[in-house]
Amino acid sequence: MKKNNQNVTWKEILPGGTVWSPGNSEEFITGDWRTERPVMDWDKCKQCLLCAPVCPDCSIPVEGKKRLEFDYDHCKGCGICVNVCPFDAIKMVKEGK
Amino acid sequence: MIRERLSGNEAVATAMKQINPDVVAAFPITPSTEVPQYFSRFVANGQVDTEFVPVESEHSAISACVGSQAAGARTMTATSSCGLALMHEILYIASSSRLPITISVVNRALSGPININADHSDSMGARDAGWIQLYSENNQEAYDNLIQIVRINEHKDVMLPGMVCQDGFITSHAVENIELLEDEIVKTFVGEYEPEHYLLNPNETISIGPYDSSNFYIEHKRQQAEAVKNAKRVVMEIGKEFEALSGRSYGYFEEYRLDDAEVAVVIMGSAAGTAKETADRLRAQGIKAGVLKLRMFRPFPGEEIAGALSHLKAIAIMDRAESFSNMGGPVFAEVKAAMYDLETRPKMIDYIYGLGGRDVRVESIKTVFDALQEIVKTDETGDVYRYLDVRE
Repeated sequence: MKKNNQNVTWKEILPGGTVWSPGNSEEFITGDWRTERPVMDWDKCKQCLLCAPVCPDCSIPVEGKKRLEFDYDHCKGCGICVNVCPFDAIKMVKEGK
Repeated sequence: MIRERLSGNEAVATAMKQINPDVVAAFPITPSTEVPQYFSRFVANGQVDTEFVPVESEHSAISACVGSQAAGARTMTATSSCGLALMHEILYIASSSRLPITISVVNRALSGPININADHSDSMGARDAGWIQLYSENNQEAYDNLIQIVRINEHKDVMLPGMVCQDGFITSHAVENIELLEDEIVKTFVGEYEPEHYLLNPNETISIGPYDSSNFYIEHKRQQAEAVKNAKRVVMEIGKEFEALSGRSYGYFEEYRLDDAEVAVVIMGSAAGTAKETADRLRAQGIKAGVLKLRMFRPFPGEEIAGALSHLKAIAIMDRAESFSNMGGPVFAEVKAAMYDLETRPKMIDYIYGLGGRDVRVESIKTVFDALQEIVKTDETGDVYRYLDVRE
């Protein structure tokens, strides 16, 4: 199976856009049109986990009862996590800065 | 070789019977042709193994074809006129998904005003849809082209859908003598459809027709353009192979008395026969008249046409479709663009002719050759965008 590659050339891209494997939407990078990105201040984060369930794009991975870094491949920068955080641990930063 | 006499619709249905596709999905009533009617009889009589799917519209017909071909089945349909127009959206899905579906098109006018007769405006409306287009002069060519296009479409370097066009009523309903190939020969020639990737493959799970973001869409279009480029080579290869089998020669176009011609017409479809007869009569009077009959419109054989026409003094390009560009019809636009790269080029004019089934007679084409001779004599092109046989 060829992996989804953002820089794939016309000679290598899968003909017709056909996807040759199942369950691969995770490989499709949908966060590329984000204009602002959420940035963590880990010193303020208490791992309360209020942010993870409200993310509409499942872009806050949780492992062993702890949230991890944002999945920037799929985060759209909506900022809901910023609003829900009681500890002011997340800030929105303009992309490109 | 079997000698028969068949209408164009019967000829195409017979070719489909011999090809014995896995699926035919077609709209069974007007504006459809007799092709699905004849073919459904073969299905009912057990003469083919095909799954025949009668659907509620042409949009559904071609959609069912997309699903079926994607599943891995060799699929065909037949339509005409507004039926092809109703398929328009899905024609692009078929070509961009690289599904080698075959359509038998009977060229008839698009409404309005309401008209059901011979006219190329239906398939000309589909000329940018990414389908291979072959045009037929008579029922023999409609039969031969249909057998060949299956191989062209399914070639691994092509994998594109294609349509075989013939003129409504003039070819589709007129009964002519025809030479058919034996069933076994056609079966061997077309072989089995063996796609590399298909939905019903139990060993591979694939998705067809996903969303293509702006980061990929243009790469897919470039790749599709390459397939169209490859189709040009493959059309010639399959034509040679078919000639070895049938004795009938097929290329991009037929050059009729062009070698030493000074004036010529470029024409597609049934009126090419009338043009050739006209050229014969003019030759008898010492006028160096020739005809280029275009068979393949997509891909467009621009360089080859320019090569074949470069030595002429004046050419009339005949369009059986309006494109309302105020610059002439679609065949004219392509031929003229192809000729531009020549160092010196003939004078060129366009004639819109035969719309809505208007009869095209030898006398009609004679007036075209008269106009060309006038251009040669005066060295003045005059109006390039003309109408043939329209009442002034």
